[in-house]
Amino acid sequence: MVRNLSRRLFAGLAASAVSITLVSCGGGGGGGDSAGKFDGEVKVGILHSLSGTMAISETTLKEVEEMAIKEINDAGGVKVDGKSYKIVAVAEDGASDWPTFAEKAQKLIDSDKVAVVFGGWTSASRKAMLPVFESKNHMLFYPIQYEGQECSKNIFYTGAVPNQQAEPAVDWLMKTYGEKLGKKVYLVGSDYVYPRTANTIIKEQMKALGGETVGEDYIPLGNTEVAPIIAKIKKAFPDGGIIINTLNGDSNVALFKQFKAAGIDPAKYPIMSFSIAEEEIRQIGPEYTTGTYAAWNFFMSLDTPASKKFTSDFQAMYGADRVTGDPAESAYNMVYLWKNGVEKAGTFEDLDKVRKTMIGIKFAAPQGEIEMFPNHHTSERVLIGEAEANGQFKILEDSKTAIPPLPWNQFVPETKGFTCDWTQDRPDAGKFKM
Amino acid sequence: MELFFSQILDGLSIGSVLLLAATGLAIVFGLMGVINLAHGEFMMLGAYVTYVVQSALKPMGGVIFELYFPISLVLAFIVTGLIGVLLERTLIRQLYGRPLETLLATWGVSLILIQLIRSVSTAMMLGIIVSVASGILLSKLLRAKFSLKPFFTYLNGLGWALSILIGLIAVNLFDQFRPLSKAWFGPRNIDVTAPKWLQGSWGMIGTIELPGLRIFIILLSALLLLATYWFLNKSVWGLRIRAVTQNRQMSNCLGIPTDRVDSITFGIGSGLAGVAGCAITLLGSVGPNLGAAYIVSCFMVIVLGGVGNLLGTVIAAILLGIIQSVIGSGTLLTIFPDMPAAARGVTEFFATTSMSLVLVFIFIIVFLQFRPNGMFPQKGRSVDA
Repeated sequence: MVRNLSRRLFAGLAASAVSITLVSCGGGGGGGDSAGKFDGEVKVGILHSLSGTMAISETTLKEVEEMAIKEINDAGGVKVDGKSYKIVAVAEDGASDWPTFAEKAQKLIDSDKVAVVFGGWTSASRKAMLPVFESKNHMLFYPIQYEGQECSKNIFYTGAVPNQQAEPAVDWLMKTYGEKLGKKVYLVGSDYVYPRTANTIIKEQMKALGGETVGEDYIPLGNTEVAPIIAKIKKAFPDGGIIINTLNGDSNVALFKQFKAAGIDPAKYPIMSFSIAEEEIRQIGPEYTTGTYAAWNFFMSLDTPASKKFTSDFQAMYGADRVTGDPAESAYNMVYLWKNGVEKAGTFEDLDKVRKTMIGIKFAAPQGEIEMFPNHHTSERVLIGEAEANGQFKILEDSKTAIPPLPWNQFVPETKGFTCDWTQDRPDAGKFKM
Repeated sequence: MELFFSQILDGLSIGSVLLLAATGLAIVFGLMGVINLAHGEFMMLGAYVTYVVQSALKPMGGVIFELYFPISLVLAFIVTGLIGVLLERTLIRQLYGRPLETLLATWGVSLILIQLIRSVSTAMMLGIIVSVASGILLSKLLRAKFSLKPFFTYLNGLGWALSILIGLIAVNLFDQFRPLSKAWFGPRNIDVTAPKWLQGSWGMIGTIELPGLRIFIILLSALLLLATYWFLNKSVWGLRIRAVTQNRQMSNCLGIPTDRVDSITFGIGSGLAGVAGCAITLLGSVGPNLGAAYIVSCFMVIVLGGVGNLLGTVIAAILLGIIQSVIGSGTLLTIFPDMPAAARGVTEFFATTSMSLVLVFIFIIVFLQFRPNGMFPQKGRSVDA
């Protein structure tokens, strides 16, 4: 009996030895020097998934936001009402679990008393946090391109809505390939809210352009079996055709690897992706994506001094092998937009005042100048790029100027003609008929 | 006819991946009755072995690099097999005959393996080695001095706790040096590139394209299956494994080293998982969470086929593959173009990948209502044991 117990104790302790050693390596970082040059501190919340499936993507956002905060602090902090404040970031882990996002948002607002929260990636996490920010009348900055059809008073959206990404991309595809391959598209997406909504919009747009959606298929997130989709695409387009890809995460890798094996070649089957940036290409392998297209508001290859500086600063801080991309740029912008907003408002406590001043705030972003519009979304430059063998994008189309955002989609019948304007004093300012 | 063949090919493609992933589990779960929730993570380890081999051979280039894949298949089998043996010796062995505890323990192992891959660095590896080495040393020392004392068990536990502490301190010390603290793989997905000869198409039969890696995976799973079959039915160890499966106590009495049989069986099951992981790098992404995508379908295949029956596993895997491809690709609409509107609506509704998976699950649930023990239930005395 005793021997048996000792064996079990051994097994248990050995296991915990390994696991504790593992955990101990996770921490580190953080801290900082508190010089006497500031008149005070202002806390901001950073809320991204640092563990779980989404950690791969969201950790970069946290890093970029911390980089922006460090830059601001090094330049003397936020200057509000003649005083300079040091920004102190309180980072929380949303753990790729949507209720956790809501819970942590509440914690940041109630017990950390942050002035603003920067956070989220998936639409599901944003939808989970939204009620918290609305009921507390607090403020969230959300950095990712998303499906639109939302306009909250308490959220500022710095990523693209469909009219700043998907719609110009479809227009470009029809212009470039419409004559050769016909005005037909095949839609492939992950099975959740963003791809389904985006595809609804694309279908309506195709109708408006006199084209046709010949097929539509959804894969559960994380699934890697795409053989049936390949069979269907080959049936729909025996001699080539246009594919629009809104897959997210791991399924992309499977899609591109298996497309290549099945002889679906980008020359005959142009593929436009909305969720593949430089970071994702690195993970899929550039040889599988070469020749496919992506639409974003920023590419690492964008040849401007601001863009180059952003990338070199990021690499100097986190390693020369890292890449930047649209989500990172957007996360960087929102920290500066908030800083410019509170400095102009002269307060970061009076959120109603900050919210009002935030509209019209401009920032010279890495992509070019962007502006916060009355519908709480930013204007964005639209770029279409072709993936190259080195994992970067060659920019084929550039709107040059920033395109104003339209959160309520104008192709979908249910929201056609609706708009959002938080400068207007009306109860339905978030969604009303123009 | 052509449609029929292309459907069979697609079904075989999907089914062979399922089969490849499930063969190892069919041995561990089917023969040994161990519910190994870490099976998917063994696949993940196999995939990372492939990545390591690929990275190591990349500088050599040329023919050697093109050959990295067969090399990694073998290495993946050996490495994951050895880790499997280690796991069986240290943990699973303590828990035979206690399915619930095994399930929880292997789930814990799977979490540890995922986190290990995410955050392993040279510093951490050294720390773990220091921790385990000092633990073993301490326990030897204590045993020599106090093994007869009544408080020995607690003292031994204390020794291990101390060695954990030593390990923690060691990790933090090693972490100070930058080159040591760099993570080997990190939490991000890594890029494993299929060799050139597997990337493209292998030509056409009529109008049916033969995708190289699909054909390769079908051949590989057939080969592994034959090898497994041969091993279990024709080799001496296979005979012993089957004997132990049928009646452990009697085998023990007849002089079969059941301890070693257990280790070898578990090792082979794990090794096969490693090979499957290696093959899966051709198809999908490679990351610490790779295993999660396959573990459910592995159990599904085995339960449907009948626990402990290799033939059942094969038929179940291929059947599921064919159902998924026929429904998911909407072929029924092409075969029966004049079906009534209602039936047409239903078929179209299920003709997407995610809905066809739903249908597969419904099929399994319904099937198990009628045949709860799967297609080929185990017969004989071992069932009662």
